[in-house]
Amino acid sequence: MNRLVSELEFEKGLSEIRSALEKLTKADPRKVPDLAAQRARLEAQYDQQLAAIYREIIPWNRVLISRHPQRPRFLDFAAVLFPDFIELHGDRRYGDDGAIVGGPATFQGRSVILIGEQKGRSTKENIMRNFGMPHPEGYRKAERLIRMAERFDMPIVTFVDTSGASALEEDEARGVSWAIAECLRTQAEIHVPIISVIIGEGMSGGAIAIAMGNRVLMLEHSIYSVIAPEACASQLWRDVAAAPEAATAMHVTAQQLLRLGLIDRIVPEPLGGAHRDPTTAALYLETALREEFSRISFEQFDWAQQRYERYRQFGQVTDTLSTTQKAPTG
Amino acid sequence: MRDKRLDFLRRGRGERFKPLPDQELEKLPDDVWHKCLGCRELLYDKDLEANVWVCPRCGYHHRITVHERIAMLSDEGSFVETNHALRSLDPLEFTIRDRSYKDRLLQAEKDAGVSEAVVTGVATLDGVPISLAVMVMEYLGGAVGSVAGEKITRAVERAHQDGRGLVIVSQSGGMRMHEGLFSLMQMAKTSGALARLQQAKLPFISIIADQTYGGATASWVALGDVIIAEPGARVGFSGPRVLQAIKVRLADDVQKAEFMLQHGMIDLIVPRPQLRGTVIQFLHHFKGHMRCAAQVVPSQANGSAGNQRRKDEK
Repeated sequence: MNRLVSELEFEKGLSEIRSALEKLTKADPRKVPDLAAQRARLEAQYDQQLAAIYREIIPWNRVLISRHPQRPRFLDFAAVLFPDFIELHGDRRYGDDGAIVGGPATFQGRSVILIGEQKGRSTKENIMRNFGMPHPEGYRKAERLIRMAERFDMPIVTFVDTSGASALEEDEARGVSWAIAECLRTQAEIHVPIISVIIGEGMSGGAIAIAMGNRVLMLEHSIYSVIAPEACASQLWRDVAAAPEAATAMHVTAQQLLRLGLIDRIVPEPLGGAHRDPTTAALYLETALREEFSRISFEQFDWAQQRYERYRQFGQVTDTLSTTQKAPTG
Repeated sequence: MRDKRLDFLRRGRGERFKPLPDQELEKLPDDVWHKCLGCRELLYDKDLEANVWVCPRCGYHHRITVHERIAMLSDEGSFVETNHALRSLDPLEFTIRDRSYKDRLLQAEKDAGVSEAVVTGVATLDGVPISLAVMVMEYLGGAVGSVAGEKITRAVERAHQDGRGLVIVSQSGGMRMHEGLFSLMQMAKTSGALARLQQAKLPFISIIADQTYGGATASWVALGDVIIAEPGARVGFSGPRVLQAIKVRLADDVQKAEFMLQHGMIDLIVPRPQLRGTVIQFLHHFKGHMRCAAQVVPSQANGSAGNQRRKDEK
């Protein structure tokens, strides 16, 4: 476990232990005779506190974890899970978007198409990837790859991690809404299975655009929402400071969404979040994906139909006429 | 009040037209006279109504009621509303401070005079059988939750099932936050239903009225076989409030029908008085796979903008 990651607001209690640990790492072992013992003691303290903090965690804190700058990104997971992944570039119409990455790979001996939203880590990479906010050409590239998967009978695995699609003038000019809508329609049309995993932030239309899975998984501390809690708070509460309340009310966490039946599975993360132990996080995800792959038989199953039915049922409504008189048909 | 984007319509008119100051306008009875929101010209209600609430002087398209829209896009007496009894279940038990979403819905129903952000039904238009959905901005800003999504999906399915043409008039602030992810899922639900309708080769005419944003734009609105907008209609991805929250400023002319036309996103901009006639033309062109098409007899009334309000609406 990496205990030296920067703490989030609600983990402030750890920072003292962390800085003590940092000092120890820099200390000269010849001058500090009981260095190993000191370190072990501090680490135990750290782990104990961490466990206490993570025993109960409010939705807002998961929002913060999902956005942690050191949280593993799509390509970090891909490097472990899909070592032979080849990135394909471009939407064949306008350009190549850095915020959506995709291409073929092998998983469990089967050829698959991988598509993922990619946030950057350094400033340079973030600019190249537009901070993980895809432009229209990203969704058009995704759509092209989805069609490729259909043609060659390859299952699709999508990874969602975005604070939303890019919403600048250039994006309106190139039809970001159109690109998203067409990506959704294409996913409705194809017959190969889609497994979608929300790995970080799954924000609004920019997220669902590549997440129309037959199965939808979420990492333990990821979030999936119709709108950012801050934007919801500023509109409905008229106060951006109410974002934590908005996060709870909108049910954005994996745990809340599983209860509502909107997602199918939660992939556990190591204690303290995936960023504290990315390798273990990748292993957990691999285990989950293996199980998903073994559960779905790829032959002779109407995945388009299953997908249609999965999304058709979402949205509970009541027919106020049905109890007293016959509802009008249609 | 003065709307700059309509300035081009006033060009060349010189200084002949001097609008009344606001305080004088407010004294006038508002059921006889209307102040044009575009050029502030005082207009006689009857003239405005005859022109489907488009200012005869500057072309400003005033908002019209859902009933007026339905009358405009269906043959007289042919519209039968469907699924009007669907109501939200408030799956998240959403509460803002002490105000519950359920209360908000009751209030919205009172304010808007309809039970949801969309009214759906079946009708004929120039004899062509259609499934018609018209969104209602007055109901929670046209925000789409489970019920609106369900009604639109059912309207798509009804068109598919009967072999009708589909006409949707959209105006929406986006997806309804009070129903969280259920609202977002309506994008996938409606797109899925449309994929099937279009595989069955049935036409979908998507009409954009003023203010269409967010999840509505990024799902069914963008998927029309033909996409028509009213002049000056605001249309885009992120609505103004979301843009404000993410600190993005767009030039005034970006999220406009005219901008979308210029960039190849929509097919046509059609002034409201010609809208009915245009939709009829498309329906006749695209009726090849409509199953009720054999009964379709084009009438002489092609192109008349029906603006009568149906009295037996329900």
